[in-house]
Amino acid sequence: MHLLRIALASLANRRFIALLTVVAIGLSVCLLLAVERIRSEARASFASTVSGTDLIVGARSGSLNLLLYSVFRIGNATNNIRWESYEALARHPQVKWSVPISLGDSHRGYRVMGTSEGYFEHYRYGRKQSLRLSEGRAFAADPFEVVLGAEVARALGYHLDQELVLAHGVARVSLVKHDDKPFRVVGILARTGTPVDRTLHISLAGMEALHIDWQSGMPARGAARIDAERVREMAACSEDQLCAQALQPKAITAVLLGLNSRVATFGLQREINQYRGEPLLAILPGVALQELWSLMGVAEKALLLVSLFVVLTGLVGMLTAILASLNERRREMAILRSVGARPWHLALLLLLEALLLTLAGILLGLTLLYLGIAIGQDPLQAEYGLYLPLRIPSSYELTLLGGILCAGLTMGLVPAWRAYRQSLADGLSIRL
Amino acid sequence: MSDPVASHPAPLQSPLLEIDDLGFAWPGQSELLDIPHFALEVGERVFLKGPSGSGKTTLLGLLGGVQKAGRGRVRLLGRDLGDLSAAARDRYRVDHSGYIFQQFNLLPFLAVRENVEMPCRFSSVRAQRARQRHGSVEQAATLLLERLGLDPDLHQRRADSLSIGQQQRVAAARALIGQPELVIADEPTSSLDADNREAFLALLFEECRDAGASLLFVSHDQSLAGLFDRSLDLHQLNRAQRPLQV
Repeated sequence: MHLLRIALASLANRRFIALLTVVAIGLSVCLLLAVERIRSEARASFASTVSGTDLIVGARSGSLNLLLYSVFRIGNATNNIRWESYEALARHPQVKWSVPISLGDSHRGYRVMGTSEGYFEHYRYGRKQSLRLSEGRAFAADPFEVVLGAEVARALGYHLDQELVLAHGVARVSLVKHDDKPFRVVGILARTGTPVDRTLHISLAGMEALHIDWQSGMPARGAARIDAERVREMAACSEDQLCAQALQPKAITAVLLGLNSRVATFGLQREINQYRGEPLLAILPGVALQELWSLMGVAEKALLLVSLFVVLTGLVGMLTAILASLNERRREMAILRSVGARPWHLALLLLLEALLLTLAGILLGLTLLYLGIAIGQDPLQAEYGLYLPLRIPSSYELTLLGGILCAGLTMGLVPAWRAYRQSLADGLSIRL
Repeated sequence: MSDPVASHPAPLQSPLLEIDDLGFAWPGQSELLDIPHFALEVGERVFLKGPSGSGKTTLLGLLGGVQKAGRGRVRLLGRDLGDLSAAARDRYRVDHSGYIFQQFNLLPFLAVRENVEMPCRFSSVRAQRARQRHGSVEQAATLLLERLGLDPDLHQRRADSLSIGQQQRVAAARALIGQPELVIADEPTSSLDADNREAFLALLFEECRDAGASLLFVSHDQSLAGLFDRSLDLHQLNRAQRPLQV
């Protein structure tokens, strides 16, 4: 105990260097933990985004591209699927349920997704959890109803019955707004921790209605414009009337499929990939995620390795600081020897110092990490959809911290051994 | 755990410290110390004149068991230090001897009282004696400091915030705590003026007497020799140094 007191007092006496050493270790520990936390949370977030969906079907491109735009709202589809193809898929005897999705518009940086009511019934995330409305209801017959993801409502401060205008395209700043057809918030989903939180959900009819009067990729002008009331009348037509067909989508972006039997998954996937009507691609979400991990794994490992080297640099800095102080502290060692400290006491003292510096660095690193999460939590979620919870360190993170502590102690062995040897040579009396 | 070395000191009628045919040389150098015989009796105060370069520090290292004699014997309380392992010599030194250095050698970052208590933190024998005599190690340190004239409000201050004279007294208290049988003082008065020097020596003698400690006082200041029971010159003791005197 007295050695600990001496170590603490000695470090306090050299507090400037000690503080710099602790800051260096603290920053490196914070970086390592931040990289690890972002990595693990990103994986967890990605892995929990979609479950219970057997196949995702889109226009033929790459499986990763399809997964990213259909589930994670990252990137864009290269082509659409014709509505007739969707109907053929939906009618397939192996298909239990199908959810069409249509992307392309946005609202203040958040993606707008057109879908069917089945989305709220069949979409699963995490451990096959269903979507749940925290307020209001799902959209119904009125095409201009919108259901907000939790993050959209929170970040933009939206509430039920609020009117909002969607923008054409997915750019953050859009020059073309659908301001003649405002939408009304009818529901807000409970938080899922997935991209659903950052999505505005409208009906496929709503998505079609937004572009019903567009000509050559531009909104119609003058008499050619169809206002929201006219669209509502169309939506009220019975299905067999011509006016109702105006809101029938011509194309969609992707389809989520649930099958009657999982055994049929590969067979149906092959069948869809060979579909003669148009070039389609069907992917298994789990397989595509694995592909994503293997792609990201190399970058993750590289990042982790760089972080580990930064920690090592911090620890080498500590070693340098302790070693550099050893010569100045020969008198201190000799005094301790003269009052009864044995050489192993001095070695232990140096080890304790290394331990204390590393421990303080780890605590500082953790403090910086939590401070960073507390400050960056909202911007990270809004900007990248990554939710970093303020949770206690995971067992892997604790293992990393334990490893750093061991590495710090190992580093401490070098000055400890030198102090041991030096004290044997110097004896009781040093005159510097 | 009991310390078998510390718990079996020699009978009190034999000298406290005895050197016989001691020879020592640093590796690759000629013999620095060659002392046929020297004895320090129990409770005796001996002045040893030792100018710089006379092998004084090496001798103190040998008495403390930090260095091991090339030949001959150094016996402290009847125990031959050469028979002990390095670790046992370290323990034996702190159990039975206290040091006061020329530069006081206090740890500047510790409080005055912590400096004084330090030998008891490394020696259970001295901690036990301090507790037996004063109730606790802390109490022993406080009483010693007060008897050496240090106000209680100075006891918690950092050692380097004291004056030279005050630091000297702290160093003496540290050497005396836990009643070591031998106090070795290595030029402890060289930084003090004449008045303070004599006052400090009076205090040191009194404390050594109360603690029953023998005092080996090493200095090059011959004017102090008269205050001691016996005065010796290291050159007279050390045959290895004699040719250099010519």
